[in-house]
Amino acid sequence: MLTFIAQRVALSFLVLIGVVFVVFAVARILPGDPCVAALQERANPETCADFNARFGLDEPLPVQFGIFVSDLIHGDLGESIRYGRPISEMLIERMPVTIELTLLAMLWATTVGITLGVISATRRNSATDVGTMIGANIGVSTPVFVLGLLLIYLFAIVLKDTPFALPPGGRLTSGLVIVPLATSWGLEDLAGIPRVVIDFISNMYLVNSLITGQWEIFGDAFVHLLLPALALGTIPLALIARMTRSSLLEVLGLDYIRTARAKGLANRAVVMRHGLRNAILPVVTVVGLSLGALLSGAVLTETVFGLTGLGKTITDAILGRDYPVIQALTLITAMIYLVINLLVDISYAFLDPRIRVQ
Amino acid sequence: MANRTETLPAATVEVRRSSGLWGDAFRRLRRNRLAIVGGVLVILFVFIAIFGPYLAPWPYDYQDLDAVLANGGLPLPAFSPGHFLGTDELGRDLLSRLMDGARISMTVALVVQFVVLVIGMPVGAAAAWFGGRTDSWLMRLTDVIYAYPDLLFIILLSVALKETVFGKALDGLLLVFVAIGLTSWVTMARLVRGQLLSLKETEFVEAAQAIGVPSKKIISKHLLPNALGPVIVAVTLGIPGAILAEATLAFISIGATPPRASWGSLVADGQPWLRSFPHLVIFPALAIATALISFTFLGDGLRDALDPKLKGKQ
Repeated sequence: MLTFIAQRVALSFLVLIGVVFVVFAVARILPGDPCVAALQERANPETCADFNARFGLDEPLPVQFGIFVSDLIHGDLGESIRYGRPISEMLIERMPVTIELTLLAMLWATTVGITLGVISATRRNSATDVGTMIGANIGVSTPVFVLGLLLIYLFAIVLKDTPFALPPGGRLTSGLVIVPLATSWGLEDLAGIPRVVIDFISNMYLVNSLITGQWEIFGDAFVHLLLPALALGTIPLALIARMTRSSLLEVLGLDYIRTARAKGLANRAVVMRHGLRNAILPVVTVVGLSLGALLSGAVLTETVFGLTGLGKTITDAILGRDYPVIQALTLITAMIYLVINLLVDISYAFLDPRIRVQ
Repeated sequence: MANRTETLPAATVEVRRSSGLWGDAFRRLRRNRLAIVGGVLVILFVFIAIFGPYLAPWPYDYQDLDAVLANGGLPLPAFSPGHFLGTDELGRDLLSRLMDGARISMTVALVVQFVVLVIGMPVGAAAAWFGGRTDSWLMRLTDVIYAYPDLLFIILLSVALKETVFGKALDGLLLVFVAIGLTSWVTMARLVRGQLLSLKETEFVEAAQAIGVPSKKIISKHLLPNALGPVIVAVTLGIPGAILAEATLAFISIGATPPRASWGSLVADGQPWLRSFPHLVIFPALAIATALISFTFLGDGLRDALDPKLKGKQ
């Protein structure tokens, strides 16, 4: 098992090096002068020379690459050309929304998806099954932004002034302010990595308000995340439901299931303990892959619902030729993707002993 | 003794014409109702894409300013006289714009899958056939491309090459198409590799090798045709992904240069009017969803038809 994990980690590391190189190369291929994009009408040969020197853009490419890699190893993601702020600072501020959004979407997708899949498989060809599967096909075929807009139309416009109304965007109702964790714990003098961690958690509004007991804020933040999470989670939900159904159907046709039934086990135990446990492997893959895809889905969800998260930051950076931000965020997205893949691989080995041996 | 000579009636055995893989597949496909609905809709979309400009009530960029002014400068709602699905705030007929959008979406489907085939098949075939180091290098390459966020790559490429000749071809669309194709071939390469690896072990390939057929010919005459079924299914099921990617990019205003509008940019343009004129969002949204679902149904049906063992999977 340990060798297996070590092999996988080494392989992911190799791919990561490849990604670092591609990330660097792609950002340099972008034509258009970053100096002109950042300084706009103030750009002239003189200011541009200063600018390029400040951001190391006047060095030859191999040197730039060396600096980039050595900074990365030291955990320095660079500075945004556009905002003149360290990128890590921007991440602390903006990444938590995306994480909250993604996790909530995934929670909704897995719980409902697996439940629907199991119901469909156990009542094959019933009205519930056919309905779920047609629904799943429609779900897969609805783009995130279309679903987002339709949800806004339904819950924020048609159902306005009813108890079912939901806010169309933003993180909190205007007027509500969340107290940062550092303040509520009296740790404002704290610096370094612990401070980064605390600020990061503090910006996950749900977690922050939950541990400090700011219930009104918790409810409000949750309600604001509902529509975006619904929109973002629907495609993975449909995929998970389809995969659970087909995988479980296959397992339920096997001999040992017949044996379990013949032994007189309750239907529930047969399906859940014997069936689902063995059918879950492909579902884990789909969950992992969707989790990776959710991050790009977040770009659109954040645009539609006016949230300033990773997705919004990335689109702004590309349109503004903000090289360092593009590099850093691409790298982070790719890293998250690799880690998720690694976890999926390891969970495979964990769930299915045969894979460990191979 | 009377001779009882009776002629036996001719055997009533119905001679069933032998049908090959494709005939069988087609018969199974015809029995699948959802796939037929999908197929008919796909044909309809393709028809509109080809003949749209001749059928559309107005040119897609014609502004019926008189009608809009008479309406107080607001978009016309659906079912207005002369504009069946209404107009936007510039008086452009929504139905005509949707029909032009079908052109964009169907071209995306075609071009992207073409790029996918042209890159994915050779890479997958080379990896499977040569094996060893070639295989592992090619597969690591696909890993890297797989890990690189798709949407980001497409956006970067389209922004980067926007001002070049290539970026301006086809109203700025060609670039987007090719960019989408460049991120999508990876799955095809893996599929082809997997298929060929298993076919490589079969007896008929071994026999061909034994009598000295050159490897290029084995790949093109024996391996690829046998892997064709899954490839066709993958292409059909890849189309909704391509259409979706294009609509998504158009939604964040990357792609067709105005006044041309893809379904995605129509949704984006309608967004500010969501409160008062939801039809500007709802009809383009329906167009996207219908196109995606038709290709999905058709692709699912094809998969079930070509490989009945897989029925109901995925």
